[in-house]
Amino acid sequence: MDMEPIWLSIKLAIITTIFLLFIGIPIAYWLSRKQNIIKLIIEGFITMPLVLPPSVLGFYLLLAFSPKNGFGIWLHRNFDLQLVFSFKGLVIASIIYSLPFMISPVKAAFSHLPQSMSQASYVMGKSKIQTFFYVLLPNIKPSILTAAVLTFAHTLGEFGVVLMIGGNIPGETRVASVAIYDAVETMDYSSANSYALILFAITFVIVIGVFVLNRNAVKSPFE
Amino acid sequence: MIKIDIIKRVGGRFGNFELKVNTAFHSNSITQIAGPSGIGKTTLLKILAGLILPDAGTITIDDTVWFDKEKKFSKKVQERHIGFVFQDYALFPNMTVKAHLKYGTDDLVYIDYLLELGEMAHLENRFPKQLSGGQQQRLAILRALSTKPKLLLLDEPFTALDAELKLRFINKLMCLLAEQKTTVIFVSHHDNEFGEYRGYVLHKYML
Repeated sequence: MDMEPIWLSIKLAIITTIFLLFIGIPIAYWLSRKQNIIKLIIEGFITMPLVLPPSVLGFYLLLAFSPKNGFGIWLHRNFDLQLVFSFKGLVIASIIYSLPFMISPVKAAFSHLPQSMSQASYVMGKSKIQTFFYVLLPNIKPSILTAAVLTFAHTLGEFGVVLMIGGNIPGETRVASVAIYDAVETMDYSSANSYALILFAITFVIVIGVFVLNRNAVKSPFE
Repeated sequence: MIKIDIIKRVGGRFGNFELKVNTAFHSNSITQIAGPSGIGKTTLLKILAGLILPDAGTITIDDTVWFDKEKKFSKKVQERHIGFVFQDYALFPNMTVKAHLKYGTDDLVYIDYLLELGEMAHLENRFPKQLSGGQQQRLAILRALSTKPKLLLLDEPFTALDAELKLRFINKLMCLLAEQKTTVIFVSHHDNEFGEYRGYVLHKYML
C-alpha cells in the first residue's frame, strides 16, 4: 500500500496547526476583548467553515485562487504562486477551514480569565505585551493544547475542501481522505480499508490524548 | 495630597447610579473608605488606580495630574506606581508564591523580607491553588508591595485572616508602610483595622 497520502495528510495537518497557532492566538485574544460590531462580523466569518458545507468553501477558494481571476492573477504575477492544485493552496485552504477550531476554544479561554488578572499585572507596571506572555498565555495552556490538537485532527480529516481545490495529484494534493475516496471509486476496497483504519486510529489516539491531558491540566483557582 | 473630584455613572448588580466624589486624601497616611454595599467603594479604588475612567472630573496627586476629562488626559495605569489588592486577589495561577513577587521586583533580599513579613517563606514554591484563603490574601498584599508603590489601594484586604494572625501581620505591614512612606487607601466594613501607628493617622471617608 502507498503510504504517501498518509504522510501528506500528517504534513498538511502539522503545517496548518503551526500556522494557525501563530495566526489564531492573537486573533482570539483580540476577539476576546471588548465587543463591537466589526468584531462580531469578523467572528461570524471565522465561524462560517464550521457550518458551511466544505464544498462551498472549496468552491469559493477555487474561484479566488483560479489563475483566470483577479486575485489568482495577482498572486501569480507578484509571488509566482499557483495555489490551485498545489500543496501550498491546500495549506491556505486548511488554515481557513480550521480557523474556528483554533480560535473558538482559545477565545473562550481568554474570555474566562478574570479581568482582574490582567489588571493586577498592569498595576505592577507591566505592559499589555508582557501581561499577555507572562500572565494570560500561560494560564490558558490547556485550551491552546486542545485547540491545536483539534485543529490537527480536523485538518487530517478534511475532504471536501481538499478535493475542490487540490484535486488528486499523488505526492502533492492526494491526502489520505482523498486516497480513500479514490480507492473506493476504483473498487480497491483493501487500500481504502487500510487508509480508513490508519486515519481512524490516529484521530482516536489524539482525541483520547486530549481527554487525558485536560484531566490533568492545571485549573484556575477561580473556576 | 490626593485631590479627587469626579463623576462616574455606574451600572451593575445594584442598579444604575451616579458616583460623585469630591474630596482629598492625605499623603503618608491611611484612609479608610467605608459605606454600605454597592455604593461604589470598589469603583472609587479602581478609578484611583486608572482601571476605570470617570465620566467627568479631575484627579491630581501632589500637583501631578492623573486624570483630567476636559483635557482628555489619563495617566496610564502602568505609570501610576501604585499597588492594588483586588477583592478576588487576582493571583496568577501559573506562578509560584515567589514568582509572584519576582514579577514585581528583582530585589531578592526584599523578596525574602516580604515572604518573612507575610509568614510565607515556607510556601514560596507553592502555586495559588495550593494555598489557603488567608495565604492567598496575604500573597495578594505582598505582591502589591513588591513594586514599592507610593500609593497602596486595598479592597477588603484582611477578610480571610484570623484575628491573631491579622494583628501580627498588620503590625509588620505598618512598619514597612511607614518606612516606605506609602499612602494607603483601603475599603473595609470594619473600623480600626489598621489602628494608628508611628505618626500614621487614620482618616475615614464615608461614601
